[in-house]
Amino acid sequence: MTAPSALHTTPPPTATDDVVAELHARFSAETFTVQVTRTGMPVLWVARELLLEVLGYLRHLPKSYVMLYDLHGMDERLRTQRRGLPAADFSVFYHLLSIERNSDVMIKVALQENDLKLPSATRIWPNANWYEREVWDMFGIHFDGHPHLTRIMMPPTWQGHPLRKDYPARATEFDPYSLSAAKQDLEQEALRFQPEDWGMQRHSENEDYMFLNLGPNHPSAHGAFRIILQLDGEEIVDCVPEVGYHHRGAEKMAERQSWHSFIPYTDRIDYLGGVMNNLPYVLAVEKLAGITVPDRVDFIRVMLAEFFRINSHLLFLGTYIQDVGAMTPVFFTFTDRQRAYQVIEAITGFRMHPAWYRIGGVAHDLPRGWDKLVRDFVAWLPKRLDEYEKAALQNSILRGRTIGVAAYNTQQALEWGVTGSGLRATGLDFDLRKARPYSGYQHFDFEIPLAVNGDAYDRCIIRVEEMRQSLRIIEQCLNNMPAGPYKADHPLTTPPPKERTLQHIETLITHFLQVSWGPVMPANEAFQMIEATKGINSYYLTSDGSTMSYRTRIRTPSFPHLQQIPAVINGSMVADLIAYLGSIDFVMADVDR
Amino acid sequence: MSWLTPELVEILVAVLKAIVILLVVVVCGALLSWVERRLLGLWQDRYGPNRVGPFGAFQIAADMIKMFFKEDWTPPFADKFIFTLAPVLAMSSLLIAFVVVPITPTWGVADLNIGLLFFFGMAGLTVYAVLFAGWSSNNKFALLGSLRASAQTVSYEVFMGLALMGVVAQAGSFNLREIVEYQHQHLWFILPQFLGFCTFFIAGVAVTHRHPFDQPEAEQELADGYHIEYAGMKWGMFFVGEYIGIVLISALLVTLFFGGWHGPLLPPFAWFALKTGFFIMLFILLRASIPRPRYDQVMAFGWTFCLPLTLINLLVTGALVLVAAN
Repeated sequence: MTAPSALHTTPPPTATDDVVAELHARFSAETFTVQVTRTGMPVLWVARELLLEVLGYLRHLPKSYVMLYDLHGMDERLRTQRRGLPAADFSVFYHLLSIERNSDVMIKVALQENDLKLPSATRIWPNANWYEREVWDMFGIHFDGHPHLTRIMMPPTWQGHPLRKDYPARATEFDPYSLSAAKQDLEQEALRFQPEDWGMQRHSENEDYMFLNLGPNHPSAHGAFRIILQLDGEEIVDCVPEVGYHHRGAEKMAERQSWHSFIPYTDRIDYLGGVMNNLPYVLAVEKLAGITVPDRVDFIRVMLAEFFRINSHLLFLGTYIQDVGAMTPVFFTFTDRQRAYQVIEAITGFRMHPAWYRIGGVAHDLPRGWDKLVRDFVAWLPKRLDEYEKAALQNSILRGRTIGVAAYNTQQALEWGVTGSGLRATGLDFDLRKARPYSGYQHFDFEIPLAVNGDAYDRCIIRVEEMRQSLRIIEQCLNNMPAGPYKADHPLTTPPPKERTLQHIETLITHFLQVSWGPVMPANEAFQMIEATKGINSYYLTSDGSTMSYRTRIRTPSFPHLQQIPAVINGSMVADLIAYLGSIDFVMADVDR
Repeated sequence: MSWLTPELVEILVAVLKAIVILLVVVVCGALLSWVERRLLGLWQDRYGPNRVGPFGAFQIAADMIKMFFKEDWTPPFADKFIFTLAPVLAMSSLLIAFVVVPITPTWGVADLNIGLLFFFGMAGLTVYAVLFAGWSSNNKFALLGSLRASAQTVSYEVFMGLALMGVVAQAGSFNLREIVEYQHQHLWFILPQFLGFCTFFIAGVAVTHRHPFDQPEAEQELADGYHIEYAGMKWGMFFVGEYIGIVLISALLVTLFFGGWHGPLLPPFAWFALKTGFFIMLFILLRASIPRPRYDQVMAFGWTFCLPLTLINLLVTGALVLVAAN
């Protein structure tokens, strides 16, 4: 435990105070209930009647909150520790992000069970659309003025709202499931696409449109993703992306797992991200617990996370080139990924889903000889990247397929909640590792690659350069790895240190309870966002002072990226859509959770 | 044995030779799937099929057995007759075109004086295979695939014919055997007809819809395009038909531009096989190495680049021939 860690780096206090002061000046101080949390941003409750006005004000403020970063809800009915919050059966939160201020604000609304209604925010931020659909799907909260309020994750025939506390989490709490032929037909029929439901015409004056179901099982859909295209010849007139086929209810599972035993589930959110997914979760839990981790932990975490960034980007690169029709590079990038996995495997013991970070540390110390493995990898990859660039990315056919294809500008990106390489490809320098350093990223020397055109080609080039920068970070970890413990010395560290258990009965009891029940986190709310492989990934945890999370909101980058598709691709060809899908770099597990 | 006249023997021998050539071409076409997979494996740092027989060479037998025993399924929503006809056309049209290819001085099925025209005719028929398959499958992906195929094939056949007119003008014949002999006496056409060679090769790749001109089946976009509804032997015929196309185009490239069976030291057949094998490998290398352009880019490339190039080539060749004649 040497230098203070960056865990509690919060946005500069002046900035956050600013917005509260501005809001108080514009409305009145009584309008808001300020909630004290460990989220690192001001959390304000407002009355439903004022909601749109407040949101609109924040949207159009000088240095405005341009991005609706997240929007979701919570069932407050079983929450015991509410300490002066407005009475609510349900609540909905709006997490807004300002690039210019580099800070966030969270607006919450309380709702009563017999009146679950809110005005829709889709007119202020277009990406509220899917979020509101999900809140309706999961909690049954109705949004007035929403253009298409239907289920998004669950099948259209589903009964109930899964994230409500009275909705069972276990299959055994339901009657046994059966699927008769008639029921199957019914379910199939419910999936049939009706253009009229989406305000589409079946034909124009001169021709009939073709409605093409691309997916949910299609070689270039990158998972169980369905996108329905309205085609005029090969031109896409309009399209409807449909998600939910990969929905596993990770947020519901979090409410039944101990703080510790949920870690392996996070691995599977962005299944190419491995331990990168553990990071925001354990950082948020550590904020709840008030744990500061030793420097060595920060370095180990950063190193492994960057390994997974490289691994994810390599898979992106191979499949992206394959999506525009070159079949060979994917085999080479998989060879490289294997090299990276050899290091990851030696350190963590697993490949794709190591679940290796722990609350307050990591699972083990680095094994002997780790430095040689890492050094070999750092020496191996750069020349391979050069080769890909020469052989594939400078190929004129590939450039012809992707330059100028599916381009959007910074403003559009922010409006749709785009983060990560897709945002930086438009020229905006916003990488959380620099903008809001976490887990000790401020100690590292690296650059943020940017591009200008925001097209499918730029998104790829940026990721290649990001891999080089990740290698730089890994190299710095290699050369400057601090000595010290790999776990914080704190009672809530999990699994807790065992050395002193045979000396003090108190320590033994604590240890026993922690291992059998899991740690009890103080009641509060915490939040952590990180620059994950595909954009900004965050965990917003609510603890009610129990061994389990009361509500875990997982905000994933791929979800808004897919929502943006129609706004970008309408008017292009089918082949452009494929290049675009490849350039987004999404996995469906990251969309559906 | 009075009925065994010399004429009859000659006919029998010719028929026998034709059957041998037919079998060899079909077997080559089938074997190519193994060759392609092994070569791709080599270029992609992996093994490819190497389990069945020596170096996996009997993989094709295993695949055949699998294909023969698969359910020969016709979707209930398909137009049955045309659905069945399409793979037959796909395999047979290019196979029939093979009759005009002279393999060695003594081997070859037919010695037509309109040899090249016959090939164009048969190549023109292949578009029907794709068109029929796409239309009769009653599937949207298949339909899009066949739309692409018909547009592409029609555009590329325009200059495929024109690309070879330079050769015809110089050799003064449509007969492939005479073209080979002309090259032997003068110069292989690869030099004087280099532009013709380039455009014919491109058109040949496009007509067999091999990568990068595999728009009709573009796996990443149309999930196999026109033959998406096919299974078992019907699909197998499309598959083998594609490889026969490769063999045919490669053999024609050899015949028209690389002096056919001529070459030092080795027997004629060896030269023919070697040269053809080289071009087959080129087809596979193309597939391994480059991305696929967009459909409209393919069309634009054909009409605005290849077609003018062939026309220029034809004009220059015509002028040279006239000058030489005077």
